[in-house]
This record gives sequence, C-alpha cells and structure tokens, in this order.
Amino acid sequence: MLQLALEVGQTAKPEAVMFWILGPLAVVASLAMLLVKKAVHSAILMAFVMIILAIFYIAQDAAFLGIVQIVVYTGAVMMLFLFILMLVGVDSSDSLTETIRGLRPIAITAAVGFGGLMVSLLGQATIGRQSVGLSAANADGNVQALAQLLFSTYVFPFEVVSALLITAALGAMVLAHHQRTIIRPTQRQLSINRFRGESLGTAAGLPSPGVYARHNAVDVPALLPDGTPAADSVNATLSARGDMLDYKKFDLSEINTKVEEEK
Amino acid sequence: MDASNYLYVSALLFTIGAVGVVVRRNAIVVFMCIELMLNAANLSFVTFSRINGDLNGQVMAFFTMVVAACEVVVGLAIIVTIYRSRRSASVDDASLLKR
Repeated sequence: MLQLALEVGQTAKPEAVMFWILGPLAVVASLAMLLVKKAVHSAILMAFVMIILAIFYIAQDAAFLGIVQIVVYTGAVMMLFLFILMLVGVDSSDSLTETIRGLRPIAITAAVGFGGLMVSLLGQATIGRQSVGLSAANADGNVQALAQLLFSTYVFPFEVVSALLITAALGAMVLAHHQRTIIRPTQRQLSINRFRGESLGTAAGLPSPGVYARHNAVDVPALLPDGTPAADSVNATLSARGDMLDYKKFDLSEINTKVEEEK
Repeated sequence: MDASNYLYVSALLFTIGAVGVVVRRNAIVVFMCIELMLNAANLSFVTFSRINGDLNGQVMAFFTMVVAACEVVVGLAIIVTIYRSRRSASVDDASLLKR
C-alpha cells in the first residue's frame, strides 16, 4: 500500500507541477494572441502555445504525436505563416476597432457561455473517472502501436489523406500561379529599345555605383567624367528608402598622396 | 493529477480560438485562431485516448494534423491571391459581392 502510494506520488507529482505551470501559460499566451496588435506577435505566441501542447502530448504518453507536433506545427506550419506574413507585409497591423457594431460583446458573451457549457459537460463526463493510462497499449512502444493501427484499421483513411495532401499541393500551386498580362521583352527587344530610344545616354548600360577605391558599396552614386554624381547608378529601391550616401564623404583630398621614397 | 484537467485547458483554448475567428479582422490571424481550435481538439483527443487507454484517439489527432496542414496550405494560397488583387489581408475588404 505504501509502495503504491509512493509510486503514484512519484509519477503524478511532476506531471501536476508541469501542468500547473504550462497550462495557465498556454491559456495566457493564446489570450494574448487575440489581444496583440501585430500579426507577427500573434504568430510567435501561437508557436509558443504549439510547443506547450507538444509537451502536453509527450507527458500524456503520446511521444510520437508530440514530436510530430513540433516538426509539423512549429516547424512547417508556423514557418509558412511567417513566410506569408513577410510576403503580405509585416507592418500590416490589424486595426482593433470593431467594424460590426456590438460584435465584440456578443462574441465574448457567447464564448463565455460556450466555454462554461463545454467545461461543465467535460467535467460531468470525466469527473471521478480513473484514467486507464496507455502503459498497456504502449507496451511495444508508442510508434509501433500507432503504426499497427494506422496500417491495419486506418489504412483506407491513410490513403485518402495522401490524396488530400496531393490535392492541396496542386491547389496551392494553381492559386499561387499568376498569368503574365504583358509579354516579357526579350534580350533582342531590350537591346533595340536601348539604341532606338530618345537618347543614347544609357546605350552602354547604366554606370555602376561606387567612387574611387575608398568606397565601392552599392549605396554611393558613381561619378561621371565631368565630376557630377550619377543618381541612376544607385538601385532605385535604395534611393527610394533614402539610403543613398553622399559621394563627397569619400573624397580623396584628405588622404596623403605624397609618395615617400624608401631607404 | 486528474487527466481531465487537460480537457478543461483544451476547452478554454478552443473557446479562445473561436472568439479570435469572430473578432479579429486580419485573415492571417483568423487562420491562426482556426489552427488553435484544431490543436485544442487534438489535445482533447490525446487526453481521451489516455483516459480510455485506447490509441484510436491518437490516430485521430494524427489525421487532424494532416488535414490542418492541407488547410493551411490552401488557405494561405487563397490569402496571397486575395492580397495580390486588393493589397489587403483584411477579411472586411473582400466584400465585392455585397455591393
């Protein structure tokens, strides 16, 4: 009896500590996900919640699912989210003003009602019920037991899911594909345009950026033979951002050009 | 510790996710809230599998993950397509059929 109590204490206590630290953290992080303004912060908090859920899975004898959760969710899905966020624009912060009048109070009231209902239902279904535990089902190892189920009982859904994955990949490709509305000019066409244009100034190509030997970075305009800076030698994106440097800063006059004879 | 505590956490996460879907305007954040709901369902699958001593719940959670991954791929592609044509990822701006 004492041995049993000790065993239960030893196995249950660390899990309880883990749960009471991580459980509230998960809830707080997901609440913060709703409340923060920037989508990137939401994504980071989401990844945090996913990792906590992975720990929960591993703590509940679902080691395989825990690892898959980390690999698939925090690895692939969240990276995809961040990738799309960067594509769409990081600073596209959400305005938190409500556009439909009275939506927020209604949503919160409904959520409190729904959450209360769900918690009470779950409590009624499970309270006082001793959990069986998975040590018997996982006797040969969690992965082996899952594989046995997946490739016997669930072999047909498994195949269907593979079809679903391929369809999703194709769908994403079709959606992301975008048709050119104008024909892309060929090398020949570009060359003809250069010489038949109004001026022959850029016939030999644009000047490359950088002055002298002291600074040849792309953010300094080149100097034309008459000493004037060529603004179009700097990338248009850099000059639009205001990152173009003044070429005068790299003037050579301050350098001692006198050559001393070696003895 | 009672395993049903995990179920309460999962119910809370699901509810928070549902509120997010309704309240937030940014399509990407709405999507993340849907992911949160799916994950909450997964957590209760895993917990029920432990309570009942049966691995079927874990297989279900595994399938949910695959479906969620597909849904993310297609959904984000749709968001990118909408963004490309109207320069906005807000769910309120895609209201052409209303007018």
